[in-house]
Amino acid sequence: MCTQSVGLLAGAVETVGIRTVCIALVRDVARRVRPPRTLAVPFPFGAPLGCAGRPDVQLQVLRQALALLAHPGPGPLLADFRA
Amino acid sequence: MADFSDLPLAMRLPLAVYPWRRVDPVPWVPGSKPLTHARVALITSAALYRPGIDAPFEEVRGGDSSMRWLPDDVVPHTLAVGHPSHAFDRTPVDRDRNIAFPLDRLHEMVAQCVVGSAASRHVSFNGSMTAPGRFLRHTAPGIAAGLIQDRVDTAILVPI
Repeated sequence: MCTQSVGLLAGAVETVGIRTVCIALVRDVARRVRPPRTLAVPFPFGAPLGCAGRPDVQLQVLRQALALLAHPGPGPLLADFRA
Repeated sequence: MADFSDLPLAMRLPLAVYPWRRVDPVPWVPGSKPLTHARVALITSAALYRPGIDAPFEEVRGGDSSMRWLPDDVVPHTLAVGHPSHAFDRTPVDRDRNIAFPLDRLHEMVAQCVVGSAASRHVSFNGSMTAPGRFLRHTAPGIAAGLIQDRVDTAILVPI
């Protein structure tokens, strides 16, 4: 449900002119909900940024998510995290 | 996790018939502003809150539709995790709040000049909503207005 919730909120936030990027734990949910930009990650529920105590992995996820902002659009844009 | 087919069967079936909501039309703000000048807010659906300061999230039918603002100088490990779901292992977020609310990582990216600045406050809400209508009608517009007021131009949304 969280992947739907953040996706829907991203739509509301982007609508007022703020660019958004979502992390998705289930790619199929992001496909259905269609937020503007999504990075699908291969991690389990409860660990969207990969590993507790692993700032390097967390930064890698954030950098790949932020990189989607350079895409010219239009959305929805759905990309997979690359380890 | 990747697709429905990767989930246990007992979880897959309800998800296959759930009436997923969709963003339609899909808005798109061009990303022409460089990240090095961006003001970035974090939005977590882990229902994090400040014990003793914020009201805890409640377990209500359809999901608690409220939200909490978290100041940028909050210490992540002092936040309580109010997410009511038992569908995920809480060990990672109990050990490291950055797994769902990467505030320390955001500050590091600001220090490294990867992004311009962090917002003065961030957003926490309970993503465990099977009925998100009230959240979308009443809470989401307030979040969007607050982000505009804070001159945020980029938001990173993290589920759990």
